[in-house]
Parts: sequence; C-alpha cells; structure tokens
Amino acid sequence: MINEKLVYLALAILGLAGPFIFPDYTMQIAVLWVMVLMASTWDIMGGQMGYNSLGNITFFGVGMYISAAIQVSMFYDLGLYTASYGAIKPVFTETQYYTGFIMGVIAAGLGCVVLAVLLGLTMFGLRGPYFAIGTLGVAVAAREIAGTIEVIGAGAGIAMPFLPLPIEYRSLFYCMIFFALAALAHFVIRWMFAQQFGLAANAIRDDEDKAEAMGIPTLKYKLVGWSVAAFFMGCTGAVFGNMVGYIEPLEVAFPVATFGIFMVAMSLLGGKGTLWGPVLGAILFHIVKETTWTYLLGLQWVVLGLILIVNIVYFQQGIMGWLQTKYPEKFGISVDPSLTNQKEEA
Amino acid sequence: MYKKYSIAFGAALAVSVAGVSGGAMAKVEGDTIILGSALSLTGKYSTNGFHTQKGYDFAVDRINSMGGVKVGGKSYKLAITYYDDESTPSRASQLTERLIQQDGVEYMLGPYSTTMTKAVAPVTEKFKVPMVEAEGASRSLFTQGYRYMFAVLSTSEYYLAPVLDIMADKAKAMGKNPADLRISMAFENDGFSLDVRAGVVEKAKEYGMKIVIDDKLPADLSDMSATLTKTKALKPDILLVSGHSKGAATAARQIEEMKIDVPLIAYTHCEAAKVQEKFPKSAQGVMCPTQWLSNLPKKDDYFGDAAKWNADFKRAYPEYKVVPYQTAQASAAVLVFKDAFERANSFDRDKVRDALAATDMETFYGDIKFAPEGNNIAKPMFYRQIQADASYKPIITHEDMVYPRKASY
Amino acid sequence: MLDNLQLLFVFAPVMNVQMILDGIFIGAVFALAAYGLALVWGVMNVKNLAQGDFVIMGGYLAFSLFNMGVGPIAALPIVAAVMFGFGWICYLLIIKRVIDNDMFVSLLATFGLSLFLQQVMNLIYGPEVQTIDSKFPILTMFDSFVTVPMAKVVSLLLAAGFAAIIIIFMKKSRTGQAIRATAQDARAARVLGINTDRIYAFTFSLNAAICGVAGVLVSIIWVLQPFYGIVYSLRTFAIVTAAGLGNLPAVIGVSFALGWVEQYAGIIMGAEWQIAAAVMVLIGVLVWRQIQLRRQRQVVR
Repeated sequence: MINEKLVYLALAILGLAGPFIFPDYTMQIAVLWVMVLMASTWDIMGGQMGYNSLGNITFFGVGMYISAAIQVSMFYDLGLYTASYGAIKPVFTETQYYTGFIMGVIAAGLGCVVLAVLLGLTMFGLRGPYFAIGTLGVAVAAREIAGTIEVIGAGAGIAMPFLPLPIEYRSLFYCMIFFALAALAHFVIRWMFAQQFGLAANAIRDDEDKAEAMGIPTLKYKLVGWSVAAFFMGCTGAVFGNMVGYIEPLEVAFPVATFGIFMVAMSLLGGKGTLWGPVLGAILFHIVKETTWTYLLGLQWVVLGLILIVNIVYFQQGIMGWLQTKYPEKFGISVDPSLTNQKEEA
Repeated sequence: MYKKYSIAFGAALAVSVAGVSGGAMAKVEGDTIILGSALSLTGKYSTNGFHTQKGYDFAVDRINSMGGVKVGGKSYKLAITYYDDESTPSRASQLTERLIQQDGVEYMLGPYSTTMTKAVAPVTEKFKVPMVEAEGASRSLFTQGYRYMFAVLSTSEYYLAPVLDIMADKAKAMGKNPADLRISMAFENDGFSLDVRAGVVEKAKEYGMKIVIDDKLPADLSDMSATLTKTKALKPDILLVSGHSKGAATAARQIEEMKIDVPLIAYTHCEAAKVQEKFPKSAQGVMCPTQWLSNLPKKDDYFGDAAKWNADFKRAYPEYKVVPYQTAQASAAVLVFKDAFERANSFDRDKVRDALAATDMETFYGDIKFAPEGNNIAKPMFYRQIQADASYKPIITHEDMVYPRKASY
Repeated sequence: MLDNLQLLFVFAPVMNVQMILDGIFIGAVFALAAYGLALVWGVMNVKNLAQGDFVIMGGYLAFSLFNMGVGPIAALPIVAAVMFGFGWICYLLIIKRVIDNDMFVSLLATFGLSLFLQQVMNLIYGPEVQTIDSKFPILTMFDSFVTVPMAKVVSLLLAAGFAAIIIIFMKKSRTGQAIRATAQDARAARVLGINTDRIYAFTFSLNAAICGVAGVLVSIIWVLQPFYGIVYSLRTFAIVTAAGLGNLPAVIGVSFALGWVEQYAGIIMGAEWQIAAAVMVLIGVLVWRQIQLRRQRQVVR
C-alpha cells in the first residue's frame, strides 16, 4: 500500500529544507516550483476539462506586468521610471518594496481573474483545436501589444526594484514564496476536484453537450476553472518578474514557445487529467532539463522538439496514465465505497 | 482517485537528490583563474554569441601563451566556463546565478546583447561579482547605479545620434537651417534599439529637427515596406534604421526594392549584416557606425595594434574573412580583466572591482577608462560611409561625407 | 495616427496603389500556404501548426540551391519535389500515428515538429536573415513613386500558375478525385477500394510541396529567418478559419484581405502593430464565428 502522506512529507522536506540542505541550488528549486505551478494549473482546463489551452502563458505575462506597474507606480511615476535612459532611478525603501510587492502580487492574481473571465466569455464557444489556436493567438497578441505600450517600457522592458534582503536570502525568499504558492495551488485543485466541480469538469471533458443537457451550468464551471488557473499563473508571473529582475515582452513575460509549451508538455509527460501527473511531469522535466541541458551543446532545442513529438505520438497517456493501466490495483481510479453503494442502487 | 503514489515520487526525489549533488568549484583552482559567461549559443542571438565567444577564447589563449596573469608573484592561467543562455533573458539570469553559486565563479564576462546584459547585471550586482561586458551598449544599463559592471564599448547614444551632428554641420555649410531637416526612423522594438532611438530623439530636439516617422519594428517582422512607403511619401532628409543585423538586412533589401532616395541613410550593424556585399546598389552612401576599426593605430603588449590582432585572429579562425567588431571588443574585455588582476595583485573581489574601476589603458581596441557608471569614456565611436568602389570611408567631419548619397538603382 | 490617415487619403493617395499591390503580393503567398492547410484540414482533419515552418524550410532549400547556382524559378520544381518527399516522411513518422486521435494531439505533435524544424534550420543556416537576389528588374510607376519589383510579379504569376495546376489536378486526375472522395467520406471511399492511407500520405505530402513553393516565393521577395514560421502558421489558420474548408475563392479573397489589413495597420498605426494586426484578425474571426453559431446554439468545433 502506497501512502500519499509519505509523498507529501517528501515534498514538504524538499520544499522547506531543500534550500537549506542545497543552498547553492535554491534558484533551481524555485524554478522547479514554477514549473509545478504551471503544469498543475494548466491541467485544470487542459487535462480535467478537455479545454487544451496553448495560451495560459498570457496570464503569466499579464500578471508580471500588472505587478511591475503597481510596484513602481505606487511610489513613483511609471512613465519616468521606464523612460529609455531611466529618467529617475529611485531607491525603494524596505516598506515601499514589501507593500508594493504584496499589492502587486495580489493585484496580478485578481487582474488575471478578471482577464480570464473576459477571455473565457469570448473563447469558450470554441472547441478542441479551435480553442487551442484561439488561445495561442491571444498569447501572441498579448506579447505584441505589450511591446507597443510605452509606459511599461515597450520592447525595452522594465528593470524591477531590488529585493532589500542580504544576498543569501534573496533566492530563498522567492523559493519559499513559490513553494507556498505551489502548495496552495495543489491543495486548492485537490479540494476543487473532490467536490462536485471535479465530476462536472470531467463530464464537460467527456461530452460537453450531454453535460449541458443534464443541466450542468458548463459555462460557469469553465469560468471558475480558468479563473483559478489564471489567478495562480498571475501570481507566479508577478513573483517571477521580481526574481528575474528584468521584464521584457518577448522572452521573459510571454515566452509562448518555451514555458507556454513546457507546461503542456509536462502535463502530458506526467499524465494529464490526474492530480499528481502534472506534478510528477514537472519534476522529471525540470530535473532532466537542468542536468542534461547544458551538455547538449546547442542541440537542446532539437532534442526538446523530438521529445515533444515522441511523447505525444508514442506515449500519449503519460507516466500516470501508464501506471494506471499497468498497475490498476495500485494506481487505478479508486472509488469511495460510499459512492459505490449509491451507484449500485442507481 | 489520488492516493498512494509514493513509488513514483520516491524515484523522482532520488533523481532530484542525485541531480543536485556535486559541489561548487573555487574561483581560482590551482594555477587557473576561472571566469564565467552565459552566452547565446543557440537562438536568435547565436551568431553574435559565437563571435563573442571566439573573441574571449582568442584572448585567453594569447594571454596564457604569453605567461598568463601574474598575481602575488605567481603566474596563473585563465579559463572560461560557458553556459548557453538560449537567447532568453530569464535563462541568462538563472545561469549567471548558477555560475556564481554552483560553479563558484567570482569574475564574469558579459553576455551578448543589451537585453541579456540587462538580465545578468542585477544578478552579478546582487552577488557583488565584478563583470566586464563587451556587448551591451544601452545607455540605460549605466543609469541603474551598478557598481560591479564595466563595459569596454561606447554606449548606445553614440550609434546614430552623432550622425545628426554631422548632418547639422552639413546643412549649415550648405546654407540651410538644421531645424528644417526631417527625419524618418525605424527601430527594432528591443532594449538596444530603443535606447539608440532615445539618443536620436534627444539630439533631434536639440537641433529642432522634425521626426516625421517613428516606427518600432516587431522582432519577427520580415517586412518593413509600410514604413518605407510612408518614407517615400514624406520625403525626409535622413533615414535611420537600427535592428541588429536582421533589421539592417531587411531594410537594405527593401530600400533597394523600393528605390528609396533619401539623401542620407544610416544603419547600425552594416558590417555584420554584410549590407555592402549583399545589396551593393542601395548600400552606396550608407553611413555605418562602428565600435572599432581594423586599422586603428592603437596597440597593447599582447596583441600589437588593431591590424595585427585582425590578422592573428584570422589566422587562428580561418573561417572569418571579415572580423566583426563584436569579436574585437570581447578580446578587449578579457585584457581588461587581466590588467585589473595584476594591478589588484589579489583575488579579492572588491579589490579586483576597485582595480577595474581605476582602469586606464591602451589596447588594440582603443583606450579604456571607465566612468563612475561603468561605461568606457575613453574610446570614440567611428562612422564610415560606403563608397561607390565598395570601400568604407571614415567620416570625421561633414566635409568627408558624400551628400546627397548617390544610389545606383 | 491621424497624420497617417491624412497622409494616406489626402496628401499622397498614390500610396494606396503601393499598399494594394503589396497586399496582393503578400496575399498570394499566404493563399498558397492557406490552401495547403485547408487541404490537410479538410481531407484528414489534421491541423498542421508546422505549416509556417514548412514555408520557411522551402525558402531555405531555395536559398541553398541558389548558392549552388540554381536560379529560384528552376529551383521551384526541385523544392516542391524535396518537400513532397519530406512531407511523406513526416506523415509516416508522425501524422499517421496521431490521425485517429483527438485533434489537439495532432496540433501538439505538429507544434513539436515546428520547434524541431526551427531549431534544425537555425543550426544549419544560423539566426541571421538570408536573402536571394533574383536579379529581376524593378518597375516604377507614378513618377517612380510606386515601385513594383518584377520578382514580386513573377512570384504572383508563379503562385497563380501553381494554384491552377493544383486545382486542375484535384478536379481531373484520378488521385485528385480520390482525395476529394476521401474528404467527403473516408469510410465510403475505403469501401469503394480507395487506399485512404495512401491518400492521406499523398495529401500531406502535397501540402508540404505547396508550402515549399510558397517558401520559394518568400525567399525571392522577402527575407528568411528560422523563427519566422510561427507567424505564417497563425496567418494561415486565420485565413482558413475565416474562409472555411474547401472554398478556394474564399481562401484567396481572405488572403488578399489579410495582406491589406497588415499593410494598412503598418501604415496607419505604425509598424509595431503589423503582426498584432494579423493575430487580431485570427481572434476576431474566431469570435465572429462564435457569435454566428451561437444564434443556432452551436459552437465552433
């Protein structure tokens, strides 16, 4: 019998003690949690509800920009701050930084929820590949539009204020925030899918028309699902922008062809539509990437394309899916006995 | 449905622990000083990433073969640890952190491009690691108050703005008012080009020149005919284009195709884009700013003068027919580090940093002396105009310049 | 923005001639790639996100041939043949295995292919832009205000000629008829003895060849860069979604319209909006189709 508690214990140790045991690897652990956040929130819509978005990265970038704009403009003139030569070079006091940071992250999350609802209302009439292409279009459009807005630095981007902590604590600070966010996201998703929401989401994935005919308010469920994903992506983007220290639209805020695709690839690798699949996929993907990447000498992107193709073409069910079919008694979908009784009666 | 998955996780964790073991190396191992650099070896900046890498490597080989770096009476060799930042800023900042924390690097050489440098500088600053960079020219890099970053090259406002100075003199000499000049400009939407643009805007304001077209080109735009059509309709006196090699090549091609007859045209990155070789018709009379000339009469003990560096480099890397200035300045950056180590006579980061700040030397690349902000103030930028016989003629005053340019469409 | 409108319609209305001509030249290339996409989408229900990368790959093949001394027009059939073969390999290795799956799988698989192609082209040709000088003369009109490079005229004629060949082929030849039969009802086609697997392979390869030809045209009239493909892909999707499958006049019309939208967006709002405009057209089309279908309580699928 495999105990889920052990898994949580192991992850908690990695998250809380990891940065102290391997202090040099704090940054990589922080990015690991970002990957976990991306994959698990993508899976809410992509895996569980059958709405495969290629544009969740939009929320990441929008959150990053919202937070940056708020952090600066709460205390200084944003236009002057982002002017090409840096017309003003303010020093943020500790209070200013932390108030700005907290407000920025919260605003990023909430702003992305609003955006998700608006986008949802315009995009949820699309199904399957149309939804994927539409959301990809949204992400590319967001990237291009961010590049035209002068006040947020256009293509030149924004240099973020410094975190006023001694250097040895800076990476740790972000690492802990990402861990907390990832844990929060995990438990929120877990809780959501233990409710009626999970059943409704899977019903929408399996046959949306029938689900609707059964009286499930599908649009409401889709909006809630996407908003939760957007909230966490927005917060992640906000913190990530601070961690990198420099924001620009093409590669940092809206990396459509890298992180935007990684999150899908990680979910597929681990097994989409499961709680643990995306987490497992993200951890494996990140470790493999960090350990082998620098030794591939310029071929890493070619290899990535190949991995994606092979994964999708030959290993669609992912690790969790494979385990479920191979060892159904250990990993298979178990049903709560109380529910089984009801089913038999029905 | 989610219970009991610890086998998979146990495996993942085991791999993760295995993956992160292996300790940090020291900054100076035995008799080797380790420098670190995250360079763009794949992705959109990789051509220039490789130019930079070869410049670094060439200088390291030369210094090592001539006795290395003498610190505390002992001779040390130089070595560089490279990572590939994939032309993405967030990767560059992560790898810099990795170089410093895991590989124990305490002295950094810069990445390629302003965009990457903007991502790397906060990290080196945070760890108080001195960095000499050779490829990030944006003015805005030097208004951030970075103390540990030093740049050997001239900053972005020297790329195209001085063309306006030359042009204003020309206008005066022709009995015209510089304020009547009209400018059309197209700049790529990235940190470097927008900073070049800011310099031009400032200078135009100074002279009262009017900017009639001010377009930003998206990074993946392969067509600037809209901008050029407008240029044709408005008939400005000056056309300025900046967008790395890609922008220069696209502009040159379409300027030729649309027979743009603006009397003065200037691009950045002419040489790197091989504008003259590929588009000889439209290239005639084009003004090109450059950081370095291969016949510059400056010299140092390691490379001799510019011409000798040029010849030696071509011998070491025969695949180069023309060596871009990006490579020369990379070599110069290594030379600056070597000089600073010897003057500091220590490997203490702050002593090396102070020695770097006090740099005042002549190299084949030009004089190097840093302003308190870290940019090199001793070296001028050079301007050349492409002539009918395909040669590049240095332009120092407006009298050297052919105006209006004669294009042979 | 107002200045630009004024310029366009008051001071220099001749500019419109240039814009319209450029829009047509661009549109012709889009139309080829979009027709190829409509073909694979309609016949085998595969949404090929590597469409733009096939185009760029065709362009680079022409570039290589040009460096070996083969002119672009002579290169056209060679590139088409090579791309046809490449398409067949892609079909056997990838498309064949995802064709029966849900369509997101084919989308992602072709996205993987797109990443792979981009990076391989980057390794071979480097990230700098490459061009071909086809040595065609440049015509001028309206007191040399409007320029028409012969290269663009030639490319337009080539595109038209190639499209005509494809149309006749689809209408008259046995294979073309078999393709259309498979598109209508694959099961019935199989019952009647058509080897649908071969037809799928042929269709996908034909699409690759069409993209290759579009790429040759791109190489003559614009510049090549390994990462430009994704924008072409998004444009073809916008066109096909707006025009519908199997409606060739609509595909051509929408392609020209998209070319004009991009040109005018570049003039009126500034070059930074040119790509944004193309993507906004895609989003606009998708939203519009939803509104249309919502009246009948249906969704875009």
